[in-house]
Amino acid sequence: MNAEVYAVIAIPFAAAAILAMLPGYRLTAALNVLASFLTLLAGLNLLRTPAAADLYLIIDHVNIVFIVLNTLVGFTAAWFSASYIGHEIETGRVSTLAVRFYHAMYQAMMGAMTVALLANNVGLMWVGLELATLITVVMVGLYRTPEAIEAAWKYFILGSVGISLAFFGVILTYLAGQAALGEGMPAMSWTLLHANAARLDVPLLNLAFIFLLIGYGTKVGLAPLHAWLPDAHSEGPTPISAVLSGLLLNVALYALLRFKMLITASPDALRPGPILITMGLVSLLFAAFMLYQRRDIKRLFAYSSIEHMGLITFAFGMGGPLANFAGLLHMTMHSLTKSAIFFAVGHIAQAKGTQRIADIRGLSVTHPGLAVGLGLGVLAIAGLPPFGVFMSEFLILTTTFARQPWLAVIAAFALVVAFAALLLRLQGMLYGPASEPSHAVKASSLPFVLHLILVLLAGLFLPSALVAWFQRAAEFLG
Amino acid sequence: MTHTYDISHFLAGLMLVSSFALIYQDRILAVLQTFAIQAIVLSVAVAWEAWVQDRPHLFITAGLALGLKGLVIPYALRRMIFRLGVHRDVEQVVGVGFAMLCGLGLTALSLILVLKSTASAPSIAREGLAIALAVILLGILVMITRRNAVTQIIGFMSIENGLILGATGARGMPLVVEISVAFSVLIALFVFAVFVFRIRERFDTVDVEALDEVRGDRR
Repeated sequence: MNAEVYAVIAIPFAAAAILAMLPGYRLTAALNVLASFLTLLAGLNLLRTPAAADLYLIIDHVNIVFIVLNTLVGFTAAWFSASYIGHEIETGRVSTLAVRFYHAMYQAMMGAMTVALLANNVGLMWVGLELATLITVVMVGLYRTPEAIEAAWKYFILGSVGISLAFFGVILTYLAGQAALGEGMPAMSWTLLHANAARLDVPLLNLAFIFLLIGYGTKVGLAPLHAWLPDAHSEGPTPISAVLSGLLLNVALYALLRFKMLITASPDALRPGPILITMGLVSLLFAAFMLYQRRDIKRLFAYSSIEHMGLITFAFGMGGPLANFAGLLHMTMHSLTKSAIFFAVGHIAQAKGTQRIADIRGLSVTHPGLAVGLGLGVLAIAGLPPFGVFMSEFLILTTTFARQPWLAVIAAFALVVAFAALLLRLQGMLYGPASEPSHAVKASSLPFVLHLILVLLAGLFLPSALVAWFQRAAEFLG
Repeated sequence: MTHTYDISHFLAGLMLVSSFALIYQDRILAVLQTFAIQAIVLSVAVAWEAWVQDRPHLFITAGLALGLKGLVIPYALRRMIFRLGVHRDVEQVVGVGFAMLCGLGLTALSLILVLKSTASAPSIAREGLAIALAVILLGILVMITRRNAVTQIIGFMSIENGLILGATGARGMPLVVEISVAFSVLIALFVFAVFVFRIRERFDTVDVEALDEVRGDRR
């Protein structure tokens, strides 16, 4: 494997080691942004690298999409985090020591996610994903408030159940491959398993897929395995909520997709499509209705993430080049939009000193900039044109309608329900008499603007290079 | 040859029995002791696999199971339990009988599931795998039926015991040693550095029930 690939992994881990030793939050925050930027450059550089695979790492049409998206959002979230954390230190919510720890953990988490994305070895992929999960558990508990500890504890308990079931799935995958590929490392290599899919042990592979579906599905936040997600999003630092929603859920979904490709390639094994479709639709419907009862702004958008992950899983469950294309596009749009929303929400919560929706009123009077930002973000995620989310949702619904009209009707119904809920909450926050207290927030709005411009551009026109790029990945996904 | 399987099945069976003991023990110290016994049995089972499969690096995993999970962690948790003054605590969310029935059901489920789906497989370790799954599911049951942070962590470590048993039973599986080492270090860090102390610091109790009051939409 060439040096470019190792660079994407090495930069974050090296940065984590350095950041752990440096004092001073201004310096570490700046270095965190710098390291994330270097990782982004290394990620973009991979676009020029030809597809390759060895026993441990792989680079192909599918994971390159995820890696570029990951490094991009990783960079903008670090940028946002720099101004966010500055405010948190001034108000005394976190100590300087905790911030030092936080920056080191941020880089380690980015590195672990990249390992999971680049892994060709099913064991290594598990290690990367679980490392990233456990680091986020610690970060969710960063504020040390009772709520934060409760959220981290719940995340830890549910996460560890997911971890163990997924690992059992990995053992079963190895055993399924052992018959065809012999003992040792080759039976854990994804490319070799995929190439020899017809000779794998079918019952073991089926069982493995079920365990992996439950294990990794917990991390994707699919209902009914989603219980950790809203707590983890609402109690941790907001940059972490953005990274959780925008990236970690995608990485877990990516792991699931790899195993879906594996089991699809095996002719006699069970069809994963209907299972993914059901889980996706259930999550979508459930989350859409749950949006109405939310009183905490970050929990509101956490449920919206469950809703969108459900829709994406549904699209991949439908399968075929067109639905996969729509799924990939929607995943990208959701990552960009949702992290942008969390950037805005972070500043709003700081400005108003609360996350309670009922206490956030009249933003358009007190903070017009933030109000416009939140408004645009919510309109985008609710799926209004001309934003990219509209286009990807439209694509998913039309491809579904051509094949399974009833499923399309259910999905469209859920999307409308969610749309109404989001607009209802948005109206309350933007208008009405302004609520006290309200502070001025000196925040960098650039990461937010950058994301929204990308989403808007994608909605207006998709460059043909990007379309070709997504199409290749979609065909490869099967 | 048959001896080999007899002994590994015997050891795996002992682990399953200790998993059941974890369910019905209601005193926190007894739970801890049962866990220590399970970890020691695990280390013997792993050492046996290392010997039989001729994979000497598995002895590292065995040593780790014995040293860290059989001795160091139980000792440290024991001290913590005494320091917190919870050593007399009795706790169980559901009745013992019901929990045992659930445990029996889960064991039957894993036996049926694994034995059926591996019927055609040449793999000879399928009974071991079935028992490993049963240990994992029982560990999850322990985590669900307990509400004390210490016993929940013991449940988690018991799940991990089952995973290592399953992984070492799969002949020639790579990365097992690395993963088990990473897992153990992680648990040790987690258990002591982060959670128990913070929960203690905030609530003056390690009862997770206290956490339930603060969850949700800021009711």
